[in-house]
Amino acid sequence: MSAWRSIAKEAFTQASIVAKFLGFLHFTNNYLFSPTLVYGPSMLPTLNLSGDVLLVEHVSHRLEKVGPGDLVLVRSPLDPSKILSKRVVGMEGDQITFLPEPSVTDTCRTILVPRGHIWIQGDNMYASCDSRHFGPVPYGLVQGKVFFRVWPPSSFGSLGQ
Amino acid sequence: MGSGSLLWNLTKKYLTVGVIGLTITDRYASVLPVRGGSMSPTFNPRTDTVLGSLDDRVLIEKFCLAKYKFSHGDVVVFRSPSDHKEKLIKRIIGLPGDWIGTPQNDVVKIPEGHCWVEGDNLACSMDSRTFGPMFHTLSNNTLGRAGLQKPELDQP
Repeated sequence: MSAWRSIAKEAFTQASIVAKFLGFLHFTNNYLFSPTLVYGPSMLPTLNLSGDVLLVEHVSHRLEKVGPGDLVLVRSPLDPSKILSKRVVGMEGDQITFLPEPSVTDTCRTILVPRGHIWIQGDNMYASCDSRHFGPVPYGLVQGKVFFRVWPPSSFGSLGQ
Repeated sequence: MGSGSLLWNLTKKYLTVGVIGLTITDRYASVLPVRGGSMSPTFNPRTDTVLGSLDDRVLIEKFCLAKYKFSHGDVVVFRSPSDHKEKLIKRIIGLPGDWIGTPQNDVVKIPEGHCWVEGDNLACSMDSRTFGPMFHTLSNNTLGRAGLQKPELDQP
């Protein structure tokens, strides 16, 4: 009987170590910082086409410290399983003037960002699907702020404004 | 020195329990009180008692966030589009591709990635009839399917 008890105790100890580790991992990835791989042409020349590994911190957006000029990760309003990386251009209450189709025409449009929303645009406005196409996005979709680039090693360093 | 290490052990225990509780709340299920009458008579707040918080509590599950598959009639919890700190609870009436008639005698098609939500108590409910189709994903880590209603002990 005591053999079963010691096996059960051992199993519980190991399981609690795994549970503690997973809890710690979840906390760090969602509330502190996490690495992420981004790829695509919409943030050229800031980010490369073939893929960069970035460090994203999840503290600023909870404290509402995200502002214009920040590189943020945002959940896509068109497809909830995709996460986009774009730059914040305007916050709620700002008047944004933008070029809806820069490769076709020169016309500008001006829009007021509603309450609780932000306006995001990719740095490469010729090849970016952003707020110019799907409108201002609610602030709650922001996942985190990019602050550092880890890969490729030639562009290792902090990514700021 | 003995009491110092006792304090440290206690702190470690509390932190561990806290982190594991946070993980479970974020990933699997959590309990939230319902305020506001927009989902009456399904979920009711209790504002007429001396003791205060005897609101209905709902158990929300977060497994649906993996694939974002919802169906008509699901009661969901999400962040308000105009104030990301506020959470709302409503029922899903329309999914992407549906045509919905709005109170302004207009017919709107729900775009991809959005859904139409309405409260059960239409008279006092701020929902998609005011702010339009809602982003499917706004709820990220707060959206869950409200399942069991846990009534307080003295509810009839």
